[in-house]
Amino acid sequence: MLIIFPRIILTLFSICDIIHIVMLNTDKNGDCMSKQNTNITVTSLLKKFPKANRGDLIPILQCVQEAEKFLSKNAMMEIGDFLKLPLSKVYGVATFYNQFKFHPPGKYQIQICRGTACHVEGSSTILAALISDLKINTGETTPDGLFSLEVVACIGACGLAPVMSINGEFFAKLTTEKIKHIIQDFRDKEASNE
Amino acid sequence: MKIEINHQSVNMPSGISILDACKSANINIPTLCYLEDLFPSGSCRMCVVEIAGNKNLVTSCSTQITEGMKIFTHSNRVIAARKSILELLLSNHPDDCLYCDKNNTCELQKLSAELGVRNRNFSKQLIEKEIDKSSPSLIRDPSKCILCGRCVRVCEERQTVSAISFIKRGSQTKVTTAFDGGLNTSNCINCGQCAMVCPTGAIVEKNNIKDVLAALADKNKVVVVQHAPAISVTLGELFGFKPGSDVNGQMTAALRKMGFQFVFETSFSADVTIMEEASELVDRVKKGENLPLMTSCSPGWIKFVEHFYPEFLNNLSSCKSPQQMMGALIKNYWAFKKNINPRDVYSVSIMPCTAKKFEAGREEMITGGLADIDAVLTTRELAKMIDMFNINLAKLKPEDADDPLGEHSSAAKLFGVTGGVAEAALRTAAFLITNDDSQVHEIHEYRDLEGIKELTVTIAGITLKTVVISGLSNARLVLDDIKRGIKQYHFIEVMTCPGGCIAGGGQPFGLDKDRIVARMKALYQIDKNEKIRKSHHNKDVVKLYEEFLMHPLSQKSHELLHTKYKPRTGY
Repeated sequence: MLIIFPRIILTLFSICDIIHIVMLNTDKNGDCMSKQNTNITVTSLLKKFPKANRGDLIPILQCVQEAEKFLSKNAMMEIGDFLKLPLSKVYGVATFYNQFKFHPPGKYQIQICRGTACHVEGSSTILAALISDLKINTGETTPDGLFSLEVVACIGACGLAPVMSINGEFFAKLTTEKIKHIIQDFRDKEASNE
Repeated sequence: MKIEINHQSVNMPSGISILDACKSANINIPTLCYLEDLFPSGSCRMCVVEIAGNKNLVTSCSTQITEGMKIFTHSNRVIAARKSILELLLSNHPDDCLYCDKNNTCELQKLSAELGVRNRNFSKQLIEKEIDKSSPSLIRDPSKCILCGRCVRVCEERQTVSAISFIKRGSQTKVTTAFDGGLNTSNCINCGQCAMVCPTGAIVEKNNIKDVLAALADKNKVVVVQHAPAISVTLGELFGFKPGSDVNGQMTAALRKMGFQFVFETSFSADVTIMEEASELVDRVKKGENLPLMTSCSPGWIKFVEHFYPEFLNNLSSCKSPQQMMGALIKNYWAFKKNINPRDVYSVSIMPCTAKKFEAGREEMITGGLADIDAVLTTRELAKMIDMFNINLAKLKPEDADDPLGEHSSAAKLFGVTGGVAEAALRTAAFLITNDDSQVHEIHEYRDLEGIKELTVTIAGITLKTVVISGLSNARLVLDDIKRGIKQYHFIEVMTCPGGCIAGGGQPFGLDKDRIVARMKALYQIDKNEKIRKSHHNKDVVKLYEEFLMHPLSQKSHELLHTKYKPRTGY
């Protein structure tokens, strides 16, 4: 034993005197999470909530979405840091509400009505056609940024069922065949503009 | 307060819930979302009871007793309601019990049997959800989830990690990480406490039995195994032993029967850890830097610091955990002694922990191009393997572990329980300071399941302020106090799981306090009966230093037994 430990024993005796003045070493400036990309808009928006606590999460999410048109990952991370809320909670609250979007809106925002009248007239097949044509799910935006797809409860045009609106323009009595043409028309229009 | 339960008059203290009152009257009420010590959520509705004069049934977990209350826990109405609730939960539950990891240990399955569910009364509305296999420690299958929220609450309230939460709503509701990514993208610390409380097969450990079986069948491999200090007092429970039974010898025999060529004990490297960590403490106190010294045995805690308190990374002991030390010693010391090519060694560890699976795969845990550990099995997986080999644990004659890495002191056994590392460390430190080996320090202040245990020890004029923590919500409290300058310590022991490894994420499912206490008592009993009770008395450890490592904190031990961690991002 003594072969191994003389070093330690000596050390321990020598520290008897200094042990009282040992100060515990902690970094007072340490921040919990290192932020990656801070978003200038979000940072400045958060300044509007100087005394914010977790109860302000929804107003903050609304405020950020209004400015940015959607809630980006970075924005939510920054909000989480700001409110000292775990990101899983921020995301959990945001996804609970239909009003929050997680993708930037497309140039053409498609709202497909899934209200009762449209449902009876077969809006589920219309939605399926849109999903397969655009290759995105509801709530998403096509990679080229052209189309975003959103489901709404009723747009008050039951007489035109099944109906959808693209940037406010209504398309009535839809069929899967019509869908193909409408989407293609927008794509052609975009191609000729370029 | 006088109340009546099932026509029996009983006296109960006021302010407690109906569920607790019934429990102390020895009446069992089924629960799925209830968790002891946490605020009741009342979400599963399984614990409903009937109260005389009340129109509706009430959830017993979230209703307090009142004077003269007449409670019926198993009336016809109550049983019918519970059965309907269960049938509704089952309406979108996959019926693949036969293929489920939780078969025979599932609470939902058990309740269905108890309530006599024998046919499907609600048509199947199965919503297929993607299985998350991204974590090296845990597998999540959201389609088996009944949304009881136990995992979310444990992660948030006990561990303050909040890697998972509820997202979306209604039929779309799902327990998942931020942005619905895999666990590996989150700040999950792999502690597995979620798996411990999950009543279904929605969260289970990542099963590595297949890898181990393949290695055992490979003639070119020398398969060695180590088992952690906490395993011997928990494994028995899965084979009908009463909680707290020590099956160390039988387990060693079983491991040999399954084909493991050498059986070692992680307790050996726990003794080595004590030698290194005690020296490190002395070194740091002498230099006055990086204090308090924080233990580094618990991989969940390490990841917690990396994510949430990177400013304390330098305070962590640079010692690898006993699992990793043992792995490094097996391949770099034992193999050479035995004249075995370390590349032919397949090193398995049996751990009470799911985070150990993650730890074994860390890039810091590669020595000389070889992973220290090749596969990690939890206590539960070991039990499954023993079953697979049809071994009757109770009938085995106890065997001793292999030399030299099988020798251990009982101080090392204490690594399995909160406070044990600190106690073991102080035993050796006391000798180092006083050079007096006449008495064994039993530190009773550390010996309970409290989450924060402070103790100031004075040994020969040297004062050491220590704190022992289990459960990361408690660690957060202490770290925040240190940051604010309210508290100062020299030595901090942290175990991720409340109670320590005896309640680790790889142990038999459930967090029943009585069982955990029995396991703790068993470890202290082992310590009491053992002759060698101090790490520096472990002869093989002494020999290891004499012939290989030279002395604690030597260059060799730095190469093999120490490491460093860096800040980590993740949400």
